[in-house]
Amino acid sequence: MYTSRFKGKWLPWLFLLPTLVILTVFLYYPVIQTFRLSTYRVAFLGLKKQFTGLENFVDLFQDPGYLQTLRVTVVITLAVVVGGLALSLSIAMLANRKMRGGSVYRVLLIWPFALSPAVAGVIFLFMFSPGFGAVNYLTYRVTGLELNWLGDPTLAVLLIILASIWKNLGYNVVFYLAALQNVNTEVLEAASIDGANSWRRFWSVTFALLSPMTFFLLITNITYSFFDLFGMIDLVTKGGPLNATNVMIYNLYRDGFEYYKTGLAAAQSVILFAAVVGLTIIQFRTSGRRVHYGG
Amino acid sequence: MRRKTRETILTHMMLIIVCFLVMTPVLFAVSKSTQTRAEVFRFPPQLGPGTAFLDNYRTAWNTFNLGLYMKNSLIIASIVMFFKTVFSMLAGLGLVYFDFPFKNAVFYYILFTLMMPTEIMIIALFNLVSDLGWGNNYAALTVPFLASATGVFLFRQHFSSIPADLMDAARVDGAGPLRFLLSVLVPMSWNTVGAMALIQFIYMWNMYIWPLVIIRENTRQVVQVGLRSMTAVQDATNWGVVMAGAVLAMLPPLIVFVLLHEQFTKGFALGQEK
Repeated sequence: MYTSRFKGKWLPWLFLLPTLVILTVFLYYPVIQTFRLSTYRVAFLGLKKQFTGLENFVDLFQDPGYLQTLRVTVVITLAVVVGGLALSLSIAMLANRKMRGGSVYRVLLIWPFALSPAVAGVIFLFMFSPGFGAVNYLTYRVTGLELNWLGDPTLAVLLIILASIWKNLGYNVVFYLAALQNVNTEVLEAASIDGANSWRRFWSVTFALLSPMTFFLLITNITYSFFDLFGMIDLVTKGGPLNATNVMIYNLYRDGFEYYKTGLAAAQSVILFAAVVGLTIIQFRTSGRRVHYGG
Repeated sequence: MRRKTRETILTHMMLIIVCFLVMTPVLFAVSKSTQTRAEVFRFPPQLGPGTAFLDNYRTAWNTFNLGLYMKNSLIIASIVMFFKTVFSMLAGLGLVYFDFPFKNAVFYYILFTLMMPTEIMIIALFNLVSDLGWGNNYAALTVPFLASATGVFLFRQHFSSIPADLMDAARVDGAGPLRFLLSVLVPMSWNTVGAMALIQFIYMWNMYIWPLVIIRENTRQVVQVGLRSMTAVQDATNWGVVMAGAVLAMLPPLIVFVLLHEQFTKGFALGQEK
């Protein structure tokens, strides 16, 4: 679309100045510094610094502990992203039906978006506490087993996954609802006249038309499980039991701020950054080819 | 018609169940926040209101300093919300209504920071902010967050969707860019502003890892880290009080959400169009 412009050579730069200064000083500069630090071995409290090249990375990938951290991150991320998106899409499709009180349901579904991972963590920690937690009581009544949600590695992972999906449900439902409202109902009617049953209608029409939104949510949800889960894990499991929930960001925090291994922590930052950039590139590539824009 | 009615009733029922399940953890927290220690530990668990409502909230607010932490969070969230919106708007104005060399490059320079969450550079940011002498300061919790790619992106999208005639009319009237921004763009942007304000407030209010590492002075701490210290009381955690803390900590973002959720949905629906 043609838009006429204001004149002025310096004016646009002036308008952009605050944003550019802050992004340069507080985002680009620290990112570059992180890369630099990742090639150093820093002794206690930064008093001694020694260039070691890629040694930090070699150490990390040879450390069974860090490999375990990578595995845990992948498992939790996969479960949170796939489980969360499937659940929120189903809920959004339910809430998108035209009927009385629809807007009330919508508000009642999306508000957990405003809660923090830390608040969610505290509540789930209490609900699942061994001994007096309410969930513990329920599972005991139903299965007759004393489940130790915080002490058993598998259950602890499951607990983190459950709490994370719950906390992010509202966010995902908002975006799926917005996308569903843009889906052209005529396409669906045409498909239904063509004799497509509802299952096929869903996969080949609705899901295809929603794919740009799904890709967007894939990235935001991966970022969520990579970084925002920190608050929850710090409050609920502290990375335990037996490092079962020691995800990358938590391991980074401990190395950087509890054990003061600055170089090693910076190297972990670089690995995380590479993962985010890599996933974004994959997203752009695939969405260019396969995603259906239109509707 | 009959089948349709039955389907509607079924949908209503399913939605009610889902809404209830979504609400359960919070209802549980609210109920427990009113119970005394003895009531909390009773077996089987009691789900009704307890007798320690005022006591628990008062303890959380005063003894555990949640009042102070909430004030800190409110201050930093408001500062960031205001300046980030203004700065993003100005950047949007510059990107949409001006021509200048390297415009695309600048836009991508901004957009690329979407891949740089604070957590990724937390070690280096910690060094930088400490060297600036900002540790223990509101500046540490605000200044690094005053600009964002999301904000610039939202306003750029929104401004591009505003018809060009308006701009031409403004120029005929002799209005400069700032007058144009204040008298034409701002009144047309309330949904985007609302969406921005909501996202930023929640983002800042919920911030956890950064204040945890950078703030050493307890009087400057934010509410999320305050919650952490409430659970860290070793053996004798009083869960009624902790739940009161959790409820207090979730109230402000929920209030902002209730006030702005309509703008939020609309602001994003517009953003999605292109």
